Amino acid sequence: MISLAGRDILHGWGKFVLTAIGLGLLIGVTLTMAGVYRGMVDDARALLVNSGADLWVVQQETQGPYAEASSLRDDVVRSVLGLPGVARAANVTYLTMQVTQGAHEVRAMVVGFESGQPGEPGHLLAGRHITRSHYEAVVDERTGFKLGQQIRIRRHDYTVVGMTRRMVSSGGDPMVFIPLPDAQQAQFLKDNDAILNERARTAANPALNRPGVPGLLDAVLAAQSSNHNVNAVLVQVQPGYRADEVAAPIRRWKHLEAYTRVQMEEILVAKLIATAARQIAMFLVILAFVSAAIVAFIIYTMTLGKIREIAVLKLIGTRNTTIAGMILQQALGLGLIGFIVGKVVATVWAPVFPKYVLLESGDALSGLLAVMLICALASTLAIRVALKVDPAEAIGG
Amino acid sequence: MKRATPLSRRIGLLLMLLVLLAGMAYVALRSGPLAPTRVTVVHAASGSFAPSLFGIGTVEARRSVLIGPTAAGRVVRVLVDVGDRVKAGQLLAEMDPVDLDQRLAAQQAALARAGSTASAVQAQLRDTTARREMTRLATQRTIELGRQNFISTGAVEAKLQEQTSADAALSAAESNLAAARQDLQRLGAERDALQQQRDRLRLLAPADGLVISRDAEAGTTLVAGQPVLRLIDPSSLWIRTRLDQGRSAGLAVGLPAQIVMRANPGQALPGRLVRIEAVSDSITEERVAQVAFDALPPGVSVGELAEVTLQLAQTSPAIVLPNASLQRLGDRLGVWRLVDGSPSFVPVRIGQASLDGQVQVLEGLRSGDAVVVHSERALNAAMRVKVVPALAANTP
Repeated sequence: MISLAGRDILHGWGKFVLTAIGLGLLIGVTLTMAGVYRGMVDDARALLVNSGADLWVVQQETQGPYAEASSLRDDVVRSVLGLPGVARAANVTYLTMQVTQGAHEVRAMVVGFESGQPGEPGHLLAGRHITRSHYEAVVDERTGFKLGQQIRIRRHDYTVVGMTRRMVSSGGDPMVFIPLPDAQQAQFLKDNDAILNERARTAANPALNRPGVPGLLDAVLAAQSSNHNVNAVLVQVQPGYRADEVAAPIRRWKHLEAYTRVQMEEILVAKLIATAARQIAMFLVILAFVSAAIVAFIIYTMTLGKIREIAVLKLIGTRNTTIAGMILQQALGLGLIGFIVGKVVATVWAPVFPKYVLLESGDALSGLLAVMLICALASTLAIRVALKVDPAEAIGG
Repeated sequence: MKRATPLSRRIGLLLMLLVLLAGMAYVALRSGPLAPTRVTVVHAASGSFAPSLFGIGTVEARRSVLIGPTAAGRVVRVLVDVGDRVKAGQLLAEMDPVDLDQRLAAQQAALARAGSTASAVQAQLRDTTARREMTRLATQRTIELGRQNFISTGAVEAKLQEQTSADAALSAAESNLAAARQDLQRLGAERDALQQQRDRLRLLAPADGLVISRDAEAGTTLVAGQPVLRLIDPSSLWIRTRLDQGRSAGLAVGLPAQIVMRANPGQALPGRLVRIEAVSDSITEERVAQVAFDALPPGVSVGELAEVTLQLAQTSPAIVLPNASLQRLGDRLGVWRLVDGSPSFVPVRIGQASLDGQVQVLEGLRSGDAVVVHSERALNAAMRVKVVPALAANTP
């Protein structure tokens, strides 16, 4: 028993392999598109997981700190720490800005965190955690900064002492971790010209610059140029408490908003990145349909190209099942090779993308099933044509 | 029907299949759930290090003086400018005396007049003394004559009364003189008081120093206490250093310090901690310590930012690990120890830490244990790990 399909493939193997590779690239694009969508959602999740928090305490009636602006006084954390069920709590600030190193400029999310508290990067890729209370930074590898480099945030230089991976904002911007007081200053501090103008403006106000009250102006200026605000308080809940239980008194008595991880994920995935994710998902669906159509057409035309040989086979009395089996085997083989090529190229080019591309095994598996199903369906079309062919065509033509 | 397939085709197809399989295997091992997590490992070893404390501060003057009037008034002239060095007692500025000079002159005149009055009263006293002496002699004579009955008793009594009057007149004259002298004293004291006030309008340097600001010009009216000039003692510059309360254990007077000025970040200046403030900042959660330079560098400006590193004593030997190896699992602090190639979480108790990222481990590890330092992902006990020398390509 010889394999008709194998024989046929061996007969025109160059054409077959090229077709399979072309198909593979198309499948690769589809898989990558799925990866882009998954990466987008994963970026949002990574933000929550990496913060290490069970509860986010933010300004009342805001959905901060990621989806909306939120501002709290930095002593709120002390009253939160006193609540039952709170294991640890820490201030945190988030500010998306340009960070420069020499001529190299990166859009990054600058996170101000308290050392050893929730919000600190959990595991490092290289280097060490921050030990000084000022002017040190831990950066994500996507920023492109290297250990020991000096990076500039507003008016201070920070030394890169550690590196992380997958520490990104919901928008995919890499994170730069700096000590909280520095971050508070960076968030609030204006440029020197603005500060001078503001001083002059205050000094020109007769209510604040009264000759009979020496020192009043100095006090007002000092009050203007300090910042005791943070964006959120990250809370870790003691074992044995539910996050909802701890959140309830914060909402009721502290007049603040508190979100559990489930709610935060809802805000991030369902609200913050919803439109962008739907855009990608829509494109993915169209791409999947187009890919399916192209696979079907390729198999169909491949069979049409062999219609004369099939007629000869029928003429010599080959059974219909044999012919159908040959076409089906070829289609499935094409799909399998295409899928492998697609998976490989998607894996190879995924890290090159500027934003994270997450290729999930589950997606790959369902992709494989879909490809095989489409190939099988497409081959039925081709089989119908092949079976209907008149053996006379072999000699007539 | 059977046709020999060329060998090259078979080989080509086989090669193609091999490449595909290799690609698939690579993908499965590198990115799928089968891929191991790459980690770097350090072997716990006993050691000691010199921990240090880090803070930032600003240059301030230990002794600074605000020079201003003690009463409201107008500035007449300011004699020094910012940057001038002044000596103790040097005249720096003067306030408008308004009518003080005239009042002083009036007081002077009143004093002179009181002096004249005193002289007149003195003369009066001499006159009264002379009269009393003459009366006394005349009375003695009259009493003698009266005893010999040359004159009547009435005449003697009249003389005695004269004598008493003369005595009283003398007392009155003496009291007048005392009053005139007291008047003189009072007016002198009043004049001195005015002079004091007048002197107070001349603003003098209380000690040697440097003028750092000139806050009022001639013609400005100031209230009491408002400064005209500010002086500092340039030899008393120190750094008001703020240290995070959570990282200030071991702070003690006398610790050696390294000071890096913002203006000259390449150079570390030696210094010493000279005072720890008893009150720390409860809002910023910082402690305040004063660090003095061993030798004052030239060109230091007040208000300049400085980074201060305080050196503590060498720690006692213990197991030392990089701080990147410390992880938090739930509410426990620990490290991932590699046992037979698979990670297991070991809770540890940590001691002191150094600024270059070394941490003492007091409990939980033995010397020689392999501990995960860096990892690609957050570890868990079920993960397969692969030990590599370094994870980030750009690690120096």
